[in-house]
Amino acid sequence: MQTIPDIIRTIPLAHYILLSSALFCIGILGVLTRRNAIIVFMAIELMLNAVNLLLAAFSSYYSDPSGQIFVFFIMAVAAAEVAVGLAIIVMIYRNIQSIDIGILNKLKN
Amino acid sequence: MSLIYLIPLLPFIGFVVNGLSFPNISKQLAAIIGTIPPLAAFLISIQVFVNFDGTTQILHVAEWIKLGDLQIPFDFQIDALSILMLLVITGVGTLIHIYSIGYMAHDPGFGKFFAFLNLFIFFMLILVLGANFTVLFIGWEGVGLCSYLLIGFWNQKNSYGNAARKAFIMNRIGDLGFLIGIFLLIQDFGSTGYATIFSSIQQGDVPDNLGVIAFCLFVGAMGKSAQIPLFTWLPDAMAGPTPVSALIHAATMVTAGIYMVIRANVIFELSPDILHLVGWIGLSTALLGAIIGLFQNDIKKVLAYSTVSQLGYMFMGLGASAYSASFFHVMTHAFFKALLFLGAGSVIHAMSDEQDIRKMGGLKSKMPITYFTFLLGTLAISGIPPFSGFFSKDEILANLYHHDLLMWSLAILGSACTSFYMFRVFILTFWGEFRGSEKQASHLHESPWSMTIPLIILALFSVAGGLINLPHFAGGNEFLAHWLAPLLPSPESLGEVSFFSLEMGAPLLAAFIPPLLAIFIFSSKKLIPAEDSQIQGIQKLIYQKFYIDELYDLIIVKPINFLSVFFGQVIDFLVIDLFVEGIGKIVQYASTEFKRIQTGNVGYYVFMMVISIAIILFMGLKSWIL
Repeated sequence: MQTIPDIIRTIPLAHYILLSSALFCIGILGVLTRRNAIIVFMAIELMLNAVNLLLAAFSSYYSDPSGQIFVFFIMAVAAAEVAVGLAIIVMIYRNIQSIDIGILNKLKN
Repeated sequence: MSLIYLIPLLPFIGFVVNGLSFPNISKQLAAIIGTIPPLAAFLISIQVFVNFDGTTQILHVAEWIKLGDLQIPFDFQIDALSILMLLVITGVGTLIHIYSIGYMAHDPGFGKFFAFLNLFIFFMLILVLGANFTVLFIGWEGVGLCSYLLIGFWNQKNSYGNAARKAFIMNRIGDLGFLIGIFLLIQDFGSTGYATIFSSIQQGDVPDNLGVIAFCLFVGAMGKSAQIPLFTWLPDAMAGPTPVSALIHAATMVTAGIYMVIRANVIFELSPDILHLVGWIGLSTALLGAIIGLFQNDIKKVLAYSTVSQLGYMFMGLGASAYSASFFHVMTHAFFKALLFLGAGSVIHAMSDEQDIRKMGGLKSKMPITYFTFLLGTLAISGIPPFSGFFSKDEILANLYHHDLLMWSLAILGSACTSFYMFRVFILTFWGEFRGSEKQASHLHESPWSMTIPLIILALFSVAGGLINLPHFAGGNEFLAHWLAPLLPSPESLGEVSFFSLEMGAPLLAAFIPPLLAIFIFSSKKLIPAEDSQIQGIQKLIYQKFYIDELYDLIIVKPINFLSVFFGQVIDFLVIDLFVEGIGKIVQYASTEFKRIQTGNVGYYVFMMVISIAIILFMGLKSWIL
């Protein structure tokens, strides 16, 4: 029976790198272009998961489990972050009835 | 032994009491508070003098400066030299305090005046009592301060304030030299104590820069004792009240430089070049002062230049290593110059503040005591035997004769000038007809007893002062030279002199002929010095003091003023305004410009962040690849 790292290694490393780079860039573009706070938030999660994917791939190719442990940590932190972030967005929405980040410019001046 | 602490302490108490209570107490009380301390200090000094057994004592007063290995305690030193200085300072000081009671009687600043005088006595005593150069320096600066305060005592008048500032600044130049000398001593010996430094030099530990130290110390002496080139403050110092001129600018403070050189004779003896310089500076000053004195018409100015000139003689004596002779002259000069100044003060007092000798004359019958005492002072300073000035000046001259004949002959010339101008002043003031106004004539009177008694006492000392160091040929035993011998290098024997040798005859001729000439010109022919506007030629050059003040003004004061204006208007504008304020303006401008990128748009911030991270990554990648 094949182990998970063996299955991961059936796809060449370059494909993983290209895929995570593409995911990361999509995430960046999402953050930069979208104005809805929840979409921006999703884009950030996308970037995190692009990194997670890359870490898992490298971890398998180098037979080093610490990469996968990192992935678990990132997932745990991201879950906490999502909880806090969504709570903030809810609070913003309650205050200004909108989650358009273009309106959030009160820090200026 | 504890009485010695009282000597400087009493005048200080007098200063504090008088200074704090002025002007709330009566003049009588202020006079008593001011005069008792120096008198008591004088009595204690006599007691110390009588009990002195010839050994140097060091009295520890307090710990002062402790820096690592360097220790400078606040110590007093009682030895032959300081005891004599104590006697002169407190003795002459007391007489001048008494005199001031009469002289300043009508002055509103009476109590303040006595407070300053007491402070001066205090600092002067610290100066001579100090057991190291640092304590000496405290006194040195303190007397400079008092000199400033007292010259500018009548500070309502602008020119008096300027004279005070001039004295202060000129002294400061000398003090800088002195201070550098002290620092070098600390560097070389790790101490400023006389005992430490001198004993280590005598044991053969002679540092290479001893000549530099001697020079620096001499620069200090130059400032304080009014030698070329720092002498011009002393004649201007006559702006102060006359007792001040007598006490500070004739009898005591100006001799501090000589005291210091005598104190440091061990250092100077090993620097023959500097000693040579001391002698020649002294000679030039003596001659210059004597020549300028010839044509001055202000009675106090004449005495001031005479003081400059006599100080020159003392330095000449130091230059010839005749320390005890110089100190002898310090003492006799303290007597007769204080007497002359106080006599002049008495005349000025009677003449309602007139100081021009062309307006005086015929005061002999009106002021007999002043006349007679002034005559004795004049005889003493002119070096006519057997008055004190003869013995002291002759001793310096005798040493010069064996040291350097050229110096000796020039000194004789200066001495002739001295006796001429002193008799000129004397004759114009006291003989002939009165030349002042009617109002002054009606006001003429002999001064009160408080002024005449000090005159009489000082006159006695001026006559008999020679006794303290009467040479062998006059039947004496050179008391002063023996008294000071432990502190000084052993003098060369000058051999026996007779009254008929050149060595003895020339000074006598220089003392006797000029007075006869003066009597002929100013008494028989009744010549009166010309009015200011009619003075011409070389006489005008001398009357205007060789334009030395103007020269200093031109080469020092004007350039400094120019430089100040330059710095104020050009450098200040370019550096301060354009550079320093410019930096502030640039920051302000830049911040208003950069403020614009802070739009408040979160997307924009994120975009900038991504671009920046991309740039940083690119840079990092580049350096990693290369």
